[in-house]
Amino acid sequence: MSSLQTDIPQTAPWVSPHIAPGTRPEGTLLATRDLFKSYRKGPLGIPVLQGIDMTVREGEFLAIVGQSGCGKSTLLHLLGTLDQPDAGEVHFDGHRIDNLPGASRDLLRNRHFGMIFQFYHLLPELTTLENVLIPALIAESTFTYWLRRRHHRRRAMQLLELMGIADRRKHKPSELSGGEMQRAAIARALLAQPRVLLADEPTGNLDRATGEQIMLMLRQLNREQKLTIVMVTHDPWIAEQADRVVRLVEGRIQKV
Amino acid sequence: MYKLLLCWRYLRTRYIALVCIVSVTLGVATMIVVNSVMAGFTNEMQARMNGMLGDLILESRSMDGVLDSAAHMAKIREVAGDAILGMSPTMHVPALMYIELNGQLITHQATLVGIDELTYSGVSEFGSYLQHSENREQLSFQLRNGGYDVYDHQVPDRDLVKPRKQMEHAGWPYRRHKAMLQKQRDLQQNPPPLQGGPKAVVDPFAAQAASNDQQQGRDFDPAIETHIGIVLGIGTCSYRDATGVDHFVALPGDDLRVSFPKASLPPEAISEFYTIVDLYESKMSEYDSNFMFVPLRELQKSRGMIDPETGVGKFTSIQIKLRPGANAEQVRDALRNHFPAQFYMVSTWRDKQGPLLAAVQMETAVLNVLLFMIIAVAGFGILAIFTMIVVEKTRDIGILKSLGASGQGVMGIFLGYGLALGIVGAGVGMALGLLFVKYINQIADLLGRLTGQPVFDPSVYYFYKIPTIVDPQTVMWISAGAVTIAVLASVLPARRAARLHPVRALRYE
Repeated sequence: MSSLQTDIPQTAPWVSPHIAPGTRPEGTLLATRDLFKSYRKGPLGIPVLQGIDMTVREGEFLAIVGQSGCGKSTLLHLLGTLDQPDAGEVHFDGHRIDNLPGASRDLLRNRHFGMIFQFYHLLPELTTLENVLIPALIAESTFTYWLRRRHHRRRAMQLLELMGIADRRKHKPSELSGGEMQRAAIARALLAQPRVLLADEPTGNLDRATGEQIMLMLRQLNREQKLTIVMVTHDPWIAEQADRVVRLVEGRIQKV
Repeated sequence: MYKLLLCWRYLRTRYIALVCIVSVTLGVATMIVVNSVMAGFTNEMQARMNGMLGDLILESRSMDGVLDSAAHMAKIREVAGDAILGMSPTMHVPALMYIELNGQLITHQATLVGIDELTYSGVSEFGSYLQHSENREQLSFQLRNGGYDVYDHQVPDRDLVKPRKQMEHAGWPYRRHKAMLQKQRDLQQNPPPLQGGPKAVVDPFAAQAASNDQQQGRDFDPAIETHIGIVLGIGTCSYRDATGVDHFVALPGDDLRVSFPKASLPPEAISEFYTIVDLYESKMSEYDSNFMFVPLRELQKSRGMIDPETGVGKFTSIQIKLRPGANAEQVRDALRNHFPAQFYMVSTWRDKQGPLLAAVQMETAVLNVLLFMIIAVAGFGILAIFTMIVVEKTRDIGILKSLGASGQGVMGIFLGYGLALGIVGAGVGMALGLLFVKYINQIADLLGRLTGQPVFDPSVYYFYKIPTIVDPQTVMWISAGAVTIAVLASVLPARRAARLHPVRALRYE
């Protein structure tokens, strides 16, 4: 599995070179400071997150649990820069990322965050292999992709083999089972060798046995590749398998 | 890269979008067909017009003409000698023609043109439109002894044209046969007196002339003599039925009466008999049904336009043929300086047909505007379908954004998709249009056979085929315009897609 880590160079153009690393507490990869977020419905704002302070250490497997509507998915979206907070800050690797310009956040999501979702979110027009290759397709221009196409394909195939679905590479998502689709989604999330994997109810749409297989895979990735994982779930049994559990109740952290 | 891949996949999987560009395809095809046919018609028409008129025409303002064409031609040569290839004097006079058919008189109004048979073919294509091969080489106003074209010589393929069976016997054989029948009819109506009965009244002058073998005063015998020759436009003495067969009411060998004014004051109408010696077919119905040609000298005589002292006749216009490459406008202006405008008009054939040419051009322009509007309407179809596709693809857009695709990149997918659809639509339309133009006559025939109604009615146009000219530049412009419309129509949906919020897009059900 070490071969998986030898490839794509890890440059981070969004990081200003003038900010010296080490301005963060030792071992903290992701952190939020007093995070507020509300959704507007008519003239009223419905508060979702009300002052979240939390940290994710490098190599940690963190589970965020809570009831439906408590704001755990919103928190995950804020961590992954898919959305912006009303107040508060998000820090990644010691740098504030919630106020970055759009292009930098796009780059961050493409290179440093891997995301998986409850409903897999594969593109129905593309084959499994093409779905896994999307991050590389987005990152490269047509010409540079063409130059490095063999390299990308090799890495995508390795990931599919790792996930045990290499023989399904030419199938469209509609021809895959739920478990296979989620594996393909994990392979896609890992293609760019991200530093954090953000998982939004990764087993929420799967039966118990398949869900366990997916969890096994995530734990293995966390242990063997030191991949930082932040997972949102409402299932206490799934949450138990994480290193640490954060409980959200009505937009606030109850217990760390 | 993902933009290309997704464009390609959407193109191959969204058939509804392909349906919406059918209107673009049809619009492009129609525009190409219309432009090609219009260009073909214009070209054909110009060739025919120039074929009937000289390149330049010098006309007298008076219909009664001016004296001495030779002196005028000498002056023209003096002014613009280098540019001139040939000249021929003519005289135009409005006239009425009367054709007798089965005892009925068919009256037709036409312009009687006096031409110089030796030089007229040199300044126009007139000679090549005649129906007798020897007349095409050198026009003579003598009736030929048969041999008139049964198949239209201007159409290379005989299968395309319907034979003109009546022309088979035209000429002397037809004339003699007709004269014989007439004699028989006369005998039946006025049988010769029985022997011993009262003697028939005999014209004493004719009897005397016949016995002395003299010409003057003798009875005109149509079986062996003709009047002065006349060449009729084919439209003045024939009609074409819906199946494309020509029916003639008069043939070479028939006599007809023509009435026209004398060049005197007060005007006095005279009428003369002529014998049809040939027909001409320029395939411009305007000319073919409006002109008849007689020898200039004879017309001058009939109208009393010959100066009795010098024997010099009057003319109304001089047709001038220019050398290839000569600038007609320049020569016209030079001639205008030398011939006073209050007596003479100098014009090029384009000046003469200016309104008609301009009308055709305007027609083409209006058709193009209307057809392009159809493509523009198709653009709104694309807009609607694209908006639907963007809504349908909302989740996919959210996925792409969550994986780091920029708003511009997402916009690029849909703009590229619009471009691809436009290229496919315009490309297929171009191919269809060009194929249609190539086989337009076969298609017209097929449609005619299926519906029983000829699409291209040969009784309206004197062409057997629909003429077409494909201008590559026009085709390129049409296709480029259609592609542009498709791209423009996809701008709004693409912007909408680009502005979708990733979280809201991901949650879209």
